[in-house]
Amino acid sequence: MPRRNGPLTLTPTAGPVFPNWADAGGLGEILAACRDAVEDPDYPTVRRWRAGGGKVVGHFQVYFPEEIAHAAGLLPVKIRGALVEPRHADSRFGSYLCSILKTSLEVALGGRLELDMFVSHPICDAARNLAGVWGRNFGYPCQILYLPQNANSRHAAAYLRHEYDRLRREIERVAGRPVTDDDLGRSIAVFNENRRLIRRLYAIKRLAPWKLAVDEAYVLVTVGGLIPREEHNALLRRVIPWVEARPAAPQDRIRVVLEGGFCEQPPLELLGVMARSCYVVDDDLMIGLRWIEDDVPADGDPLFNLADAYLEHATYSPVQHDLRKPKERMLLERMRRADASAAILTAAKMCEPGLEDQVTHARTLDDLGIPYFVSEFEQNMSSFEHLEIQLETFVERLLFAA
Amino acid sequence: MTANGQPADIVGRGIRDGAALFRRRFADLTEAAERGQPTAYVFVMGSLAEILRCFDFELVFPEITSLQTAVRGVAHEYLDQAEDYGYSPDICGYVKADVALQLRGGAHPMGRIPKPTLAVLTNACNTYIKWSEIWERLYRIPVFTLDVPGTREAGRRTWPGDPDFEADKRYVASQIEELIALCEAVTGRRFDVDRLREVMDHTNALSRAWRRIIDLNKSVPAPFNALTDGTVYLGVVNAFRGTPEGRAYFDDLVEEMEHKAARGIGAQADEAFRLMFLGIPCYPIFRRFNELFTGRGGSFVNSTYLWFAAGGANLGFQYDLDRPLDSLAEGVLISVRDAMDSMFFQVQDLMDQAEPYGVDGIVFHAIKSCRTVSTGLADTRRALMAARDIPTLFIESDMMDRRVVSEAQLKNRIDAFFENLATRRKLAPA
Repeated sequence: MPRRNGPLTLTPTAGPVFPNWADAGGLGEILAACRDAVEDPDYPTVRRWRAGGGKVVGHFQVYFPEEIAHAAGLLPVKIRGALVEPRHADSRFGSYLCSILKTSLEVALGGRLELDMFVSHPICDAARNLAGVWGRNFGYPCQILYLPQNANSRHAAAYLRHEYDRLRREIERVAGRPVTDDDLGRSIAVFNENRRLIRRLYAIKRLAPWKLAVDEAYVLVTVGGLIPREEHNALLRRVIPWVEARPAAPQDRIRVVLEGGFCEQPPLELLGVMARSCYVVDDDLMIGLRWIEDDVPADGDPLFNLADAYLEHATYSPVQHDLRKPKERMLLERMRRADASAAILTAAKMCEPGLEDQVTHARTLDDLGIPYFVSEFEQNMSSFEHLEIQLETFVERLLFAA
Repeated sequence: MTANGQPADIVGRGIRDGAALFRRRFADLTEAAERGQPTAYVFVMGSLAEILRCFDFELVFPEITSLQTAVRGVAHEYLDQAEDYGYSPDICGYVKADVALQLRGGAHPMGRIPKPTLAVLTNACNTYIKWSEIWERLYRIPVFTLDVPGTREAGRRTWPGDPDFEADKRYVASQIEELIALCEAVTGRRFDVDRLREVMDHTNALSRAWRRIIDLNKSVPAPFNALTDGTVYLGVVNAFRGTPEGRAYFDDLVEEMEHKAARGIGAQADEAFRLMFLGIPCYPIFRRFNELFTGRGGSFVNSTYLWFAAGGANLGFQYDLDRPLDSLAEGVLISVRDAMDSMFFQVQDLMDQAEPYGVDGIVFHAIKSCRTVSTGLADTRRALMAARDIPTLFIESDMMDRRVVSEAQLKNRIDAFFENLATRRKLAPA
């Protein structure tokens, strides 16, 4: 197929860092290319970017204002663990820890992912240690971005604007060039388009879930954290019409919301199990890439606009406490908007925020008589048969009850 | 009294008085529960006692009430109940013990804990935030998160005058104003700045004393055991912060420690090896855990627990009473930030403290329950060993859950550590 709306060459590289999809013959090939990129622990897209002289900011889950790194000409890369054995990282941690922390450090220690800067946010008790651990092992800047934990303070936005300015100064040092408000404005426009395109994908999931399975949507979104966002936009612009035109017919399946993928990601095989059993019409997978729910104004003070969007125009997660967003109410709202009749409440092993919210959600759904399926997962799990049987049983019970 | 005017029973007074204070504290809490007194649930890393005492809130420290269930050997009953309710075995044991305590209407082995009217927390531990969300749902109470930005990168602390520090301070100061407004709304009382000065003055005295006491343990032998005695003192630091009782207790404690240091009276008679402790103690077998070390001549002379679990009071920060609110914001920022640094960026501090405390070895105790404190310990140990030739021991257990405490395994590791210490001493040049 001839290249249409091909990836832009706005990077320091001579060409796109993710060319795999551009010559694909159809949706299946693009999905396969995205799946390969997402599962490849050697970060080939990042290697290509670096080979072209580009610098990289690795940012750990959940949310990071990627526009600031992008405006400096850096590649912001979402760190979300990988399918690797934590051979090096095991010696840096104790026994009681989630997989994502170990495998994230592993890809860096093993030389699979080279960075010029690492940023984490204190999303949980474990992850808040990551900048310290990373900094003791690498010579490049390893920092904590203190996103406000008091989202309800009247002063949170002003504080966050200053914190973003501090980050801008740090990133300027890494990039070796200033980042102007105009640069930021242009980057915000790129990311606005990206968020709009992702919202379109999620609209398809809600309105016609038979056209886009949860694992397919996942790889299409997640690859965005590995490539320049302009390339991701071009990819989504190409793919979305193909998905919309897919000749799939609706089946008699229950519609569920998947909750629990905000940080450590369920394995693709597990998402595949869910896709075979039901329609996942909404979820919180890679929620950081779609944290902001509206366009960020590109004019005015771009840093303040980003800060305001983080606080005032954003979704929710177990790691942000906001009195205006009780988690159970937000889940119910997500289910209502997606017309879901049940929920899959999952949590990564050893993930305290996820496990704690699981209790809140389960008790709320119990009170309302809404069915839900509870599970735990681990990024590196390899056996899914038992879980598949349990999920199928859950689904069949609901279908028969209906 | 002795010839120099000190009471004859000065040695051990801190432990006796500390225990008595806590018995009285729990009795007061029981009465408060019966009276329905306004009660604030707070945490050790940034309790904001200075503000809350101005409104006469009873302060409950759920971390302390939870650990007391472990020390008293009943934590498993509480953990089981919370797990039956739905909480995973992988969740912090303090949280689960407290959930069970709430489900039991406040019933605690030392008394009855009143329900919260308000919860105030900082971000020094993320579990504080999730924990408070539970009370929010159980009691529909206001929850206030005082967000204290921490150090962004190892070795890059900022100080007054630096624009980044001033920005953080403005944020903290603004939130303190918002907390005051919330307290006024909850209690119907007006904020009294002179009362704040009075409370801050007591905190100043307590912080000064805490810093002095920790410093006095440089003496050989160490006047107090930083693991066991230190935990008792630490409880008073937190529960009696900003009170005349706390101030008087620490005046006495400084006197006791100075007395012991001057006379070479150690916490134990045979101090063979001076140890530093990192982490949180193993409360389910607290006494035996300590004896695994002291029985081999180990003496805990310092502990990061005495730093971070005191909310950074180890710095001895002194509030400027001429500008109370501004100084409170500065003190909260610097102290709570230091508590966080004591968990996340402690390598340099450990290297700085090892020599003045004459440390022979460092014990890293990671626990399942607390990933805030434990996640970075193995890597800190690795970095420390790369920088200094100092023996270290890495062990794992828990602060609450006896199911993950293997005493035999701990003993094997600890015995081997002491054999290493003894061999090194034997081989060391005279």
